[in-house]
Amino acid sequence: MKRHRLSTRIWHWLNLVCVVVLFMSGLNISNAHRYLYWGKWGFAPEDAWLAVPRFPGWMTIPDYYSLAQARDWHVLMAWPFALLLLFMWIAMLANRHFWRDLRTRRSEWHPSAIGRDIRAHLRLDFDHGEGKYNFLQKLAYGLVLGAFLPMMVLTGIGISPGMEPAFGWAIDLVGGRQSMRSLHFIFAWAIFGFLVVHVLLVLLSGPVRQMRDMITGGRDEA
Amino acid sequence: MRRRNVLAGLGALFAAGCSKVADSRAGSSILSAAEDWHRKAHRMLAGREALAPEFERDDISPFFRGNGSTDPQNGGYPQHAAEGFANWRLEVRGLVDNPLILSMDNIRRLPQRSQITRHDCVEGWSAIGEWTGPQLSLLLDAAKVREEAKFVVFRCADELSGTPYYESVDMIDAYHPQTIVAHLLNGEPLPVRNGAPLRMRIERQLGYKHAKYLTAIEAVASLDDIGGGAGGYWEDRGYQWYAGV
Repeated sequence: MKRHRLSTRIWHWLNLVCVVVLFMSGLNISNAHRYLYWGKWGFAPEDAWLAVPRFPGWMTIPDYYSLAQARDWHVLMAWPFALLLLFMWIAMLANRHFWRDLRTRRSEWHPSAIGRDIRAHLRLDFDHGEGKYNFLQKLAYGLVLGAFLPMMVLTGIGISPGMEPAFGWAIDLVGGRQSMRSLHFIFAWAIFGFLVVHVLLVLLSGPVRQMRDMITGGRDEA
Repeated sequence: MRRRNVLAGLGALFAAGCSKVADSRAGSSILSAAEDWHRKAHRMLAGREALAPEFERDDISPFFRGNGSTDPQNGGYPQHAAEGFANWRLEVRGLVDNPLILSMDNIRRLPQRSQITRHDCVEGWSAIGEWTGPQLSLLLDAAKVREEAKFVVFRCADELSGTPYYESVDMIDAYHPQTIVAHLLNGEPLPVRNGAPLRMRIERQLGYKHAKYLTAIEAVASLDDIGGGAGGYWEDRGYQWYAGV
């Protein structure tokens, strides 16, 4: 039994490419109108809840301001991103990866258990105890796979005027298209936040072994 | 600071690589294919005839922002504006059996549709307003559009950096019930900023499709020989022709 299944590894690396291209082209798109609003409409800085900083060329695709080209990249990569996420969810449910490894147990939600897990992480003690992942890992992976990534697809659809006739109920649910657009930005940065913590913890917990296992599959210790 | 420089270097390298892909022929053809998949998916999932949401009067934004041309100074436009557009004419021409030339009075006397809709700019902002005017389908039927027409081109009076603005849609959007030739915004004649005296409303697409300062509606079989061949002023500059994403 491999530590990481083939479907997990393929999805992991392809998804990384999609997320990086979508994020960097998204920052270029953000530069076109750097204000975020709540509600149905919004067009002027005085109505914005946030003025987003202008992102420099090294953070964006393409590496100069071009709304047209950034949108081309964004609109293209949205396809593999959404379809791969769907594929990963089907695979995770079919091979029981989700049920066995990612599902949290009620006992793990006990405050003292959570506190213990947090303290262990702060001591850089990544011993998992029983099961493949500890509570904080399950929570992080669960949030990314179950909320952050799917919300990028849903909020992306929610700001597309061509989909609105079929998707209006979801837009009303969050208060309007400009709210959808704000959520699109918020979840994008939540994914960026996950990426930073994820990479940091890989670096702290034996990066060579972690990278090797995510490529070759590794061997399951259990 | 060194790590930051490495990150910046990696970012720049990746972005530059992406520009190379986009410039290649295979790269650019897959980018335009993706636009097509979105259009097909939207029409399959939402339906070809599906209506964009219409809002209540309370939802109307206090101001309707103008973008692109907001006060054209080229050609006869300033003169028309000074005359209150009394001598403005709208032509319906191209692949039609019965070309039309309509005055503002002709347009105002046609059956009207009013709709409170949201306008989404490609840049990201939105405004809501009530638009009134005849449905485009009415004009196309009156002009007797021929079978071979596949697109409707909108000709505009304004120029951006010396090039006339134009736009185009396919027959599905042209005959869509919410596609209207608007002459009123919130019950008043269109302000110059928003396209006086006539502008298109293509409600399921982004703002640049909604051609302003409309002078002619042209039924055509192909977009290849019009402007830069991509179907619109912004499309000729790299923007997507299907602006529903």
